[in-house]
Amino acid sequence: MVSFYLRLRYLWPRMMLCLALVLCDVVFMSPHSRVLAAGPGPENSDCLACHCDKQLTAKQGGKVVSRYIEEKRFKASIHGSLSCTSCHADLEGKELPHDAPLKKVNCGICHSEEQALHAKSLHGRALARGDSLAPRCSSCHGEHDIVAVKSKNSPVAPLVVPLLCGKCHREGSPVQKNGKITEHNILENYSESIHGEALLKKGLVVAANCASCHTAHSVLPPSDPASSIARGNIAATCSKCHSEIEQVHRKTINGKLWEKEAHVLPACVDCHQPHKVRKVYYEQGMADADCMRCHENEKLKSHDRRSMYVRADDVATSRHSRVACSQCHSDVNASRVRPCEAITQKVDCSKCHDAVGQQFLRSKHGESFAANKPDPNAPSCKECHGSHKVLGKHDPASPSYPTNVPTLCARCHREGEKAALRYSGTQHQITSQYSESIHGKGLLESGLTVTATCTNCHTAHGVLPASDAQSSVNSKNLSSTCGQCHRGIEMQFTNSVHSATVTKTDKQLPVCSDCHTAHGIVRADGDSFRLKIMGRCGRCHEDVAKSYFETYHGKVSQLGNSKTAQCYDCHGAHDILNVNDPNSHLSRQNVVKTCQKCHAGAGRRFAGYLTHATHHDPKKYPYLFVAFWGMTALLVGTFTVFGAHTILWIPRAFQMRREIREEEAREAEAEKNKERDHE
Amino acid sequence: MSSQKTVLQVQKSSRTRDNREYVRFSVKCRVLHACMVVSFISLAVTGMALKFSYAFWAVLIAKALGGFQAAGIIHRAAAVLMFGIFFVHLHDLYLLKKNKYGSWRNLLFGANSMIPNATDGRQAFATIKWFLGMGPKPEYGRWTYWEKFDYFAVFWGIFIIGSTGLTLWFPVLFTRFLPGAFLNIATIIHSDEALLAVGFIFTIHFFNTHLRPEKFPMDTTVFTGHMKLAELKRDKQLEYRTLIAAGTLEENLAEPQPTIVVRAIRLFAWVALMIGTVLIVSIAYAMIFVYR
Repeated sequence: MVSFYLRLRYLWPRMMLCLALVLCDVVFMSPHSRVLAAGPGPENSDCLACHCDKQLTAKQGGKVVSRYIEEKRFKASIHGSLSCTSCHADLEGKELPHDAPLKKVNCGICHSEEQALHAKSLHGRALARGDSLAPRCSSCHGEHDIVAVKSKNSPVAPLVVPLLCGKCHREGSPVQKNGKITEHNILENYSESIHGEALLKKGLVVAANCASCHTAHSVLPPSDPASSIARGNIAATCSKCHSEIEQVHRKTINGKLWEKEAHVLPACVDCHQPHKVRKVYYEQGMADADCMRCHENEKLKSHDRRSMYVRADDVATSRHSRVACSQCHSDVNASRVRPCEAITQKVDCSKCHDAVGQQFLRSKHGESFAANKPDPNAPSCKECHGSHKVLGKHDPASPSYPTNVPTLCARCHREGEKAALRYSGTQHQITSQYSESIHGKGLLESGLTVTATCTNCHTAHGVLPASDAQSSVNSKNLSSTCGQCHRGIEMQFTNSVHSATVTKTDKQLPVCSDCHTAHGIVRADGDSFRLKIMGRCGRCHEDVAKSYFETYHGKVSQLGNSKTAQCYDCHGAHDILNVNDPNSHLSRQNVVKTCQKCHAGAGRRFAGYLTHATHHDPKKYPYLFVAFWGMTALLVGTFTVFGAHTILWIPRAFQMRREIREEEAREAEAEKNKERDHE
Repeated sequence: MSSQKTVLQVQKSSRTRDNREYVRFSVKCRVLHACMVVSFISLAVTGMALKFSYAFWAVLIAKALGGFQAAGIIHRAAAVLMFGIFFVHLHDLYLLKKNKYGSWRNLLFGANSMIPNATDGRQAFATIKWFLGMGPKPEYGRWTYWEKFDYFAVFWGIFIIGSTGLTLWFPVLFTRFLPGAFLNIATIIHSDEALLAVGFIFTIHFFNTHLRPEKFPMDTTVFTGHMKLAELKRDKQLEYRTLIAAGTLEENLAEPQPTIVVRAIRLFAWVALMIGTVLIVSIAYAMIFVYR
């Protein structure tokens, strides 16, 4: 209701300014505006004739409110080019001054999308039910002085959004008091958060403000699945800025929340409290108890008759005791009655164990497992680690505990088992050889857990055949693999004549396993190793090995005397150098010392003994050649003469034998006759 | 039948006393020879195992003797024994010279000397003629030419094998004044000379003195020291005649060795013979089939 006095007051200036405004209109306004403004009804100037009065007020809802419109600000606003009637549509065709208060402006005429979102939002719904505290468009954006959202002067500019929202959501405000908002000290907490600090203290306008998370128009409670801050959406919301955060989160979470809240799948906000201190956790989620309701039944079977029973104890004592079922069985959908019916994929351990998973896929095991036609025998994580009862490798009960590893691998690699059957390489009786080896005895008999097991050499997850250049047991990598433990040996070997860094050759250079074997490694000071080394060196050094066997050392070795000098007693084992190298054990400077290791008191002449001499080489060893053939001539000569002598003798000897027999017979006859005569 | 025969012999011996035997070898000689057999066989078995170490039987021998270490010890101990025999024999020669021959000249160049002489040449020539059916069986003295060869083969062998063996036994000592490569040469000489000795003893010597058909299976003279008179008359005619002429035959006769002694000697000799034969077959096998 407008009083008569008011009517007069608005009428008067209108008449005074009428002409001037029309002129202005013609001169300054854009053609577009003119089209809009050309409609029937009051011109903007008509409206402003009254509304430019600073004293102009109206009673609204029992309160007196100013109806003053600052013309300059209106003109500067984003809507400055519109006519008043564009928004105040109910002014159309009305006589001015209008008496009744105008209807609420419907921004949705133009901003239908935002309007729709707002209508569905918490704010919009509150408005619809007539909540006097509910904000409408103008509550945030202003009325006649709306500037572009992107303008820094806008009340919804990033820097001021917290203040804008804080008007209502400030602690102690009616909204906070009466509304069902569980968060407290929102504004204070926000201003102290990393986002708030960046925005408010450092003026970083890209830092998240209220609307970044809650959206501008579609503000919904977290319990609403459509909300940007609902449990299911929060990750997506945060990752609008933190695009890689979900991956980062999985790797770097450190299990902190998972330790506190073991059986709940966490969302960003469980750790990164939405404002600052979060006291109430999201209730929605999958708890282990939900799963165990069915899976604790021992008779539970899948449709293909596999047991679906999960021993609660297994999980509770496993490394994953603080990991929720749904963290591994991540396809579960908590909104279903049976959340697990959404599961389509097998558990992918690499979600958390990413690096290991990558390594596994590159391995022979992983390759056959992930092949287009997967090998049914290919092991996945659970074949070695178990499923629900995953124990770390430090737990003696774990199949991956060092002393259990050989048994674990033997399940497939023992002779006759599936992996051994498809294997076409040269290594056989792997497991039995290993258990007889120095490593195997150390591990299995002495329980020395730092001893090399299968995984120390072959790696646990990156197992590749030795022929693969990436394999830890490839000849190129083997010395560094063994060097993980035998570092000192590796250093010696790297500088030795057998190392590819020293000897450039097309020929195959020996690696650890060529002398020590792969699985049946024995003590190098034991007889069995010492007596076999000549054969091993001899595979490449054929000639010297052969001539070694012609000397005392070699012959005695062949008879099983391990004490005598073997190749490496003189040449060195891992530090073999060319004999011309001053550092060689056999160099001029060192050779006497080397002989003295066994022959105490040996001198320089002693070292002149030809350890690889052969009497078959007249050029290299003329004296030996002559001595040998001289002796041979003597032998042949002697045996020829006396052989002939003997052979010629034999017929005569038989003749004599006959004669002697006859003579003896005659004598016996004579003796008999004599006896008879005597009688 | 056999008991009848024994009774007969006893009656005969009690009546005639013509079963006495000629004592060819002194007790010292017998003991030395027996020691030589033990020493030589030990050296041969252990040494050949080393020489033919690549043959399977060599490894078996080393194992049977309790490892190569033990074989080495046996070899050296036997070598010491052999040196002992050598020096006892030299001493014996000295005693012979002193007590029997009076001078080295008599000992070395007398009728019973081991030194080969012109007579041996003639006898050897005559023997070949006999072998070829071109003459009668020659008459031999106390030592035939092949026995003399045997004797000097051993004499020479002990010197050559023994000396090189010592350099190999004490290489550090000997390389104080000998070049190291001498050890290589010594190895060749030692082992090939040994092969010669082993080959000779286990074939030619065995045949000449033990296995000849007319003496088969065994001539135990060297062990018992006794030789039947008939044998002396047949094989050593010159010596027999010399003894008769000098009238010293009677003082060189003795009662036969007791049966138990003869049996023990035969057992010992058989063992030696068998070892030697097996070894020579093994060596032949190694040299023919697996020689390196």
